[in-house]
Amino acid sequence: MMLKAALRKAHPMPDPIQRVALATPPKLAHQIRGLSDRTIAWLFVAPTIFLLLAVNIFPLIWTIRLSLTNFRTNRPNNAVEWVGIENYRKILTNPDTWASLQATAHFLVWTITLQVLIGFTLAYLINKKFRSNDLWTTLIVLPMMLSPAVVGNFWTFLYQPQIGLFNYFIAFLTGADPASFSMIGEVALAPWAIIIVDTWMWTPFVMLICLAGLRSIPPSIYEAAECDRASKWRQFWTITLPMALPFLMLAVLFRGIENFKMFDLVVQLTGGGPGATTQLTSIDLKREAFEKWRTGYASAYAVILFVTVFGLASIYVKALNKVKDR
Amino acid sequence: MNAKLLLSTASVAIMAMSAAHAEDLTLCWAAWDPANALIELSKEYEAQSGNTMHFEFVPWTSFADRMLNELNSGGKLCDLMIGDSQWIGGAAENGQYIKLNDFFDANGIKMDDFIPATVTGYAEWPKGTPNYWALPAFGDVVGWTYRKDWFAKPELQAEFKEKYGHDLAPPATFDELKQIAEFFQNREVDGKKVYGASIYTERGSEGITMGVMDVLYSFGFKYDNPEKPYDMEGFVNSESAVKGLEFYKSLYDCCVPPGSSNGYMGEGVDAYKSGQVALQMNFAFTWPGFNTDANVGGDKTGYFANPAGPNGDKFAQLGGQGISVVAASDKQDAALTYIKWFAQPEVQAKWWKLGGYSALRAVVEDPGFATSQPYAQTFLDSMAIVKDFWAEPSYATLMQSSQKWFHGYVVAGNGTAKEALDGLVADWHATFEEEGKY
Repeated sequence: MMLKAALRKAHPMPDPIQRVALATPPKLAHQIRGLSDRTIAWLFVAPTIFLLLAVNIFPLIWTIRLSLTNFRTNRPNNAVEWVGIENYRKILTNPDTWASLQATAHFLVWTITLQVLIGFTLAYLINKKFRSNDLWTTLIVLPMMLSPAVVGNFWTFLYQPQIGLFNYFIAFLTGADPASFSMIGEVALAPWAIIIVDTWMWTPFVMLICLAGLRSIPPSIYEAAECDRASKWRQFWTITLPMALPFLMLAVLFRGIENFKMFDLVVQLTGGGPGATTQLTSIDLKREAFEKWRTGYASAYAVILFVTVFGLASIYVKALNKVKDR
Repeated sequence: MNAKLLLSTASVAIMAMSAAHAEDLTLCWAAWDPANALIELSKEYEAQSGNTMHFEFVPWTSFADRMLNELNSGGKLCDLMIGDSQWIGGAAENGQYIKLNDFFDANGIKMDDFIPATVTGYAEWPKGTPNYWALPAFGDVVGWTYRKDWFAKPELQAEFKEKYGHDLAPPATFDELKQIAEFFQNREVDGKKVYGASIYTERGSEGITMGVMDVLYSFGFKYDNPEKPYDMEGFVNSESAVKGLEFYKSLYDCCVPPGSSNGYMGEGVDAYKSGQVALQMNFAFTWPGFNTDANVGGDKTGYFANPAGPNGDKFAQLGGQGISVVAASDKQDAALTYIKWFAQPEVQAKWWKLGGYSALRAVVEDPGFATSQPYAQTFLDSMAIVKDFWAEPSYATLMQSSQKWFHGYVVAGNGTAKEALDGLVADWHATFEEEGKY
């Protein structure tokens, strides 16, 4: 009470921290006063750690445990047997797994390459001051605000050989019959069909990150370069690109992780077909887990994918930090 | 006075008890036209029983995913399940449906009263034994519709006869079917470009397997050695099965509308109703919709059962479902009252009138049945020749293998038909090996 009175006297209008101190019941305040800073810090962090353990770590450990068994969710009455690394061996020697990984790699490499190139170019252009600049920015970012399921559905119509605008556009450019090719039905075209849609949808995201990077470059650097009579080309290679590189690399990281687990858009567009041409790892994994119900096998598959993404992302983040520190 | 008071108290108590027993039942099924007919039909049950019916309908392409997830997780969403015929093995062995033999016996429901193929397909597990897990609820089978009005055009009839040496009419063999499809492919009819046939090619769920199997059976495909179960070598990949698969691919290559690489029931309906195709493969449940359609309804559409294969064999892929009580349900007794009500002949007759394909013999063997609708006779003919996909507990894995190999060969054009069927045998063998069948 003495403390409260003193505080009130010293600060007639207490700040928020003092208000919390004043509002704390004396009994609790006494108890807290007896705790060390370290204990209080732990008290604040504990709920988050508990949530992390419950939502992330426990499922991960459970998945690793399941991956060493022959457990199947749809056979609750069957005995669960310990199979060691058998599931891992089966996955790594299964040609279908490697076909899926190949399809995923093709999708990843091309979507990231195209999105970075187009996204950076758009950001570079948008960064210049011109009339209706804001309107163009808004229009460009519209695709990424749509649901992937919706995008998948309407691109299915755009790719329809008889009525699809995309086919008519290509026909207009090449003179071919629009009904003579099917973007999502032909082995040679289907992988490009999903790359085009993902690029259309997510390039604006890369553009926004690059735009943030470009706008973070102080104008004084360009002014100094102008004084030194550096050409625009030289300014781009020695100022713009190096200073925007950490942002570009961040965009690549985000898109890489996102596209490694790509599912909804591709399922809507091709269902993984024709055959297994566009069956990305996430689709393959889903089929194993929730269509074939091979829970143990699917868990091992998930662990392999997790380790792959985690390992690659860790290496990449280290490289990103090095670039940032330069 | 006391006796009167006692009596009135007792009657109030009985009413209160019966009111307390009124249940909210949930029936799970696919989202399609027959489901709407069932909602209409069930109003009668609600009025009679006092129970309230709720419905959970899921589109076909995600029906198995969603509902098998529900069964496998022991969910209590569904009290009654109209599950696909192939689920019966898994649902029976994993205790997901309750066994209905005692209930049937106690209520005078006899399986002999239903079309035998539907009893085997929808209710029995193990197959061929009198162990019943469902009541046949909706008979269905893959058949064909054709544009009767196009077939009737004299100029087309004359041209067709000159080219193929026989009349332009519903085909008697698969070869004739392909001739018709080729004849119409890219042809101008009524000023519009049309195509030969719509067939199943869907990759994600079960589409292409249903289509390919529908053809393969008549070419001589067998799931396994009749003398040695699960022995598939030389049966699944027999020479005649290879020819059947080659035929399906040739039909896909020559005669489907552009962009038909991932189509199932819905896409078939759209292609047919929009006047794109002369022939359409689809389940019988779609036929009432064509019959009343403004563009293709009435005399414009005809129906025919699967034609014969090279050796004269005629088979068709079974569809349809039985109705089961979910073992995880807390309202099994109330759910059983629904099945008891549904099995009544007068309810089954009304079911047919509303658009549901009854499997009760009293309905389909009624002298007026065959002429009651333009497609009724075709339905009967088709139901007489049905075969079904594996109904094993591992059916989902078996189905995914066939989807992969069939789509890979027919649509993607990977390898040969023999390689596809050899690959299928290897995958199915591995699945059955995991199941301990060898």
